[in-house]
Amino acid sequence: MPKQILSPLPGTFYRRPAPDQPMYKNEGDSVAVGDVIGLIEVMKSFNEVKATEAGKIVKFLAENEDAVMAGQPLAELA
Amino acid sequence: MTIKKLLIANRGEIAVRIIRAARELGIKTVQVHSTADAESLAVKLADESVAIGPPQAAKSYLSIPAIIDAAKKTGADAVHPGYGFLAENAEFADACAVAALVFVGPSANAIRMMGDKVAAREAAMRAGVPTVPGSDGRVDDLETARRVIAETGFPIMIKAAAGGGGRGIRIATTQEEFDRLVPQAKAEALAAFGDGGLYLEKVIERARHIEVQILGDGHRAIHCFERECSLQRRRQKVWEEAPSVSLPESVRRKLCASAVSLAESVHYSGAGTLEYLYDDASGDFYFIEMNTRIQVEHPVTEFITGVDLVREMLRIAGGEKLRLKQSDIAIKGHAIEVRINAEDPAQNFMPAPGTVATLRVPGGNGVRFDTLLYQGYAIPPFYDSLLGKLIVWDEDRPAAIARLTRALNELEIGGVKTTRPLHLALAGDPSVQKADFHTRWLEGWLEANATKLAAE
Repeated sequence: MPKQILSPLPGTFYRRPAPDQPMYKNEGDSVAVGDVIGLIEVMKSFNEVKATEAGKIVKFLAENEDAVMAGQPLAELA
Repeated sequence: MTIKKLLIANRGEIAVRIIRAARELGIKTVQVHSTADAESLAVKLADESVAIGPPQAAKSYLSIPAIIDAAKKTGADAVHPGYGFLAENAEFADACAVAALVFVGPSANAIRMMGDKVAAREAAMRAGVPTVPGSDGRVDDLETARRVIAETGFPIMIKAAAGGGGRGIRIATTQEEFDRLVPQAKAEALAAFGDGGLYLEKVIERARHIEVQILGDGHRAIHCFERECSLQRRRQKVWEEAPSVSLPESVRRKLCASAVSLAESVHYSGAGTLEYLYDDASGDFYFIEMNTRIQVEHPVTEFITGVDLVREMLRIAGGEKLRLKQSDIAIKGHAIEVRINAEDPAQNFMPAPGTVATLRVPGGNGVRFDTLLYQGYAIPPFYDSLLGKLIVWDEDRPAAIARLTRALNELEIGGVKTTRPLHLALAGDPSVQKADFHTRWLEGWLEANATKLAAE
């Protein structure tokens, strides 16, 4: 079972802090525990998604602006 | 009635409200919905429904082509935009006109003028309505800004011309802060609204938020008296009532007359609300903005006047003249509305979508619950947290608060955290009972009562 970052909440997943800003993280980037990898918008409030384990992002499993469920994998770590 | 089939370009409790009004007038209804709202109460109640896109509002409820297309496909001849989403979007009103659809609301020009907060301020001044002291129009250079500040002093509000509804506002308390905030505010307004225009307003400390409901048919306008919405959190209304017990009769008369005069001066058609700040120490009131749509808190006005505002909107949009005269409108008793949101007051109002396990709706004399809920409903996380509005009416304010407390105790939404405990605490608070509050009162109260709310 590969390591994954799961969505803590249901809502809309964003990979950038704002539409005109760069991605928080790209595939191939390393993350430390607590690094922000995206935002979940739930009922118009924005919540940061943080890495709960350290590793390297192999692949994002949800696209920017995807609707996601709580517990859905957002990224795969190696 | 010329409207035969109405498309509802909205969701949630207001969509349900509009379907009810339409049905009573014999109008067929078409409910558009995102894929996340396929099981919504509005979809279940409407005569027809059309899926218009994915959950994200930008791709569904804000998609003008998808909505116009749904209207054409179903043969709807009118569109009600509700509140939020496209309700104050002049391009949408234009697109409806191009598609030969009746837009239930004012003209695109009226929306455009009132949507530009500087133009609205200027229209108010022309109609003789007092505005908050500040800049005459847009402020383009720091020199003009300094002249305004010399008159108003600090603190001063820097507001986006294209903002409104509490968005795009910054407060500067010193010249240094002002010089630093202006470029930021300009850049942010440009990014958020596509218009970097700014204007300045003096900060009125300890003001009450009072708004006047009006109805117009393009020629004549009447008012349905005022609402007071001073209890706000982060500039969002939490508890609204009508009438305002803080207004002496002489001020009420002047305030409501000023609203009618502004509405008539712009040939306003439909339901609209003029928002004011009221300084109860001096008796002065100042126009801040006009909302060119039905508002969330409209039921308190319906309770005290007996006028069905959504029905009147549909009649006017259908081409009828205003049926009511000013002398037909009188205040009877007192009404209070509280917003039941899917938010946990014990955890800093964290949004709490979930599935409604059980639902017990309060009832009895003078109680109304406008909601999108039903038992078993899974509340989608993509939209506003408003689940419903509990509205009560009684002979006077103390009786209305007692009735509100009784109704809140009956209300049970199993499986979802809501703002119900907040409203119970507010209803029991001595300051609320005395109506001794202003627009910043609730935030202070929330800080002081954080531990109490966390323990609920």
